[in-house]
Amino acid sequence: MAYARRSIARPTSSCYIDAVARTLIDKLWDEHLVADLGGGSSLLYIDRIFLHERTGSVALKELTAAGRRVRNPEQVFCTMDHIVDTFPGRGDATRVPGGTEFITQTRAAARAAGITLFDIGSDDQGIVHVVSPEQGIALPGVSLVCPDSHTCTLGGLGALAWGIGSTEAEHALATKTLVVHKPRSMRIRFDGRLAPGVTAKDMILALIGAHTAAGGVGYAIEFAGEAVRSLPVEARLTLCNMGVEFGAWTVIIAADETTFEYVRGRPYAPRGEAWDKAIAHWRTLRSDDGALFDKDLTLDCASLAPQVTWGTSPQHETGIDSVVPDPALQADANRRQSMERALEYMGLQPGTRLQGLPIQGAFIGSCTNSRLSDLRAAAAILEGRKVASGVRAICVPGSTQVKRAAEHEGIDRVFREAGFEWRESGCSMCFYAGGESFGFEERVVSSTNRNFENRQGPRTRTHLASPATVAASAIAGHLADVRPLMR
Amino acid sequence: MEKFTRITAVAAPLLRINIDTDAIIPSREMKTVGKTGLAEGLFANWRYKAPGSREENPDFTLNREPYRHARILLAGANFGCGSSREHAVWALHEWGIRAIVAPSFGAIFAGNCVRNGILPVVLDHALVEDLARQVEVDAATRPLTVDLVECAVTAPDGRRHAFAIDAANREMLLEGLDGIALTLKRDAGILAFQANDRLRRPWIYL
Repeated sequence: MAYARRSIARPTSSCYIDAVARTLIDKLWDEHLVADLGGGSSLLYIDRIFLHERTGSVALKELTAAGRRVRNPEQVFCTMDHIVDTFPGRGDATRVPGGTEFITQTRAAARAAGITLFDIGSDDQGIVHVVSPEQGIALPGVSLVCPDSHTCTLGGLGALAWGIGSTEAEHALATKTLVVHKPRSMRIRFDGRLAPGVTAKDMILALIGAHTAAGGVGYAIEFAGEAVRSLPVEARLTLCNMGVEFGAWTVIIAADETTFEYVRGRPYAPRGEAWDKAIAHWRTLRSDDGALFDKDLTLDCASLAPQVTWGTSPQHETGIDSVVPDPALQADANRRQSMERALEYMGLQPGTRLQGLPIQGAFIGSCTNSRLSDLRAAAAILEGRKVASGVRAICVPGSTQVKRAAEHEGIDRVFREAGFEWRESGCSMCFYAGGESFGFEERVVSSTNRNFENRQGPRTRTHLASPATVAASAIAGHLADVRPLMR
Repeated sequence: MEKFTRITAVAAPLLRINIDTDAIIPSREMKTVGKTGLAEGLFANWRYKAPGSREENPDFTLNREPYRHARILLAGANFGCGSSREHAVWALHEWGIRAIVAPSFGAIFAGNCVRNGILPVVLDHALVEDLARQVEVDAATRPLTVDLVECAVTAPDGRRHAFAIDAANREMLLEGLDGIALTLKRDAGILAFQANDRLRRPWIYL
């Protein structure tokens, strides 16, 4: 199929060096290859599996119903993040209709299967893709799957990690493998250095804006270039998180010294002699010089402004200092119609300045932007300032550990004094599941990953942006450029 | 799993691009831990007049005759992007959809389709639009044929359009195979890989 077909047009005898030079994805593919099934399909070994109560619950339930068992429960982890409430003092009760059933059934199934559960009330609970790196479960070079589309986040550590459905999760649990058609290869070079106030979130939004939400369909993509290399690990996780919003099968960044420093000493990371062996191996996990990709793209980051979405797809985005674009100027009919529909949903007119659009909500959280560095960046803007009246502002740390660390630094106080709600960790208002939401036709600036119609609530109008931009906008009461507020 | 070989049925055009799985089934419609009872929530935000209500929006394609009986969707590019929720596929299947023809699909969604008896067919975008135009003349009497044995879509005008599909996915759909049972036949190979890998990458094994 076109979304998975690999076009192979590589030099062989005439260019021997290039023929043997492998990409990072090639190396990880070969390393996990149990069997070549022919026709482009591979049986790949899956090192680790992560589940959550929304989609993992049904995978565990169906597996048991089929009389099958989890093959290596010591390599399977589960957290409560999607359904669990984020109010202080929460328990199994949730505002999501039917939600408690997902929590209690997941807990019972996880216990029965003998897998590690980061349960409500645990010090280690949190959003799956925040917990996974935090615990050292995701590591450079591991193959890791989760029935969650944002599993590509973990590519930021150099892991081969991708999102799957619940039936595939059953397959991985029962067999420790998955059947995968090898995608085509793409390398995207992010050139230049980011200006102050511009973040990994702005890089990925700009990429999707330039090449559309389907720009990566059918590809496994390596992110490279100066702007990527200079990002700390948490920012790399943000960059890779929205790889799925670009349509990629997955995305990855080769691990380097920055990665190794991040991983060292984490609970499930190797130690002692095993660490030495691991790191020696990890240093080989990079694309060889001369490795060929099916497609190469570049994005200049030096001149990038903070980005914000104006529509209902992540590709509907532009610089904060720009205006709502005019669909009439879009030559492609499909994209034009998509823009027109989005403007109607968002209640916007072409030519309107984005800065100055009044907001009623501000949200900082989600697997995209809820790590300690995200909260620090927002707090630096919020310190000594107040959220504008009429704006409901909420911060949901990505994990219980992030929350504790932030509280240790006094960041919670900055958020609270500015007028933000300070919550327990979870996916929270990244999506509306019948529980909490922002209001009907309310305009929300959000550090999350999806601005789809009705994503954050019925008719809620979401503008995606970085945590710093969310903080600046919350203070202003309208979409705002963070740069003048930077100290 | 239900087999897919060949169907001739009403095809419903939903040609907008980037239809995400949140639109196919909103999270609030996933009320129980299971794969059933989801058809009612299919396209809930578009199909009903208000969130939570079941009052039909007469303007929505699938609420109109003869599209109520559609078993094939003609969709825009990147259909099924977004969330991995397999509930989107379970809802489509329960509602009656067996094949989706689009210029491209969200990768996880397409994988979910073939594991649930729905055939995702990739055809060029101009061709999908042409099929929609042909069908819309009178969808009830101008069905589409999607044939996985021949790997071809037959348009109302009689023209056949070949499509490509991964061999393993084709076999799984044609035979209605259980992927887990198939892979478990290779158990010895998996165990051998594991034993070897444990020596090569000992830090992986907890």
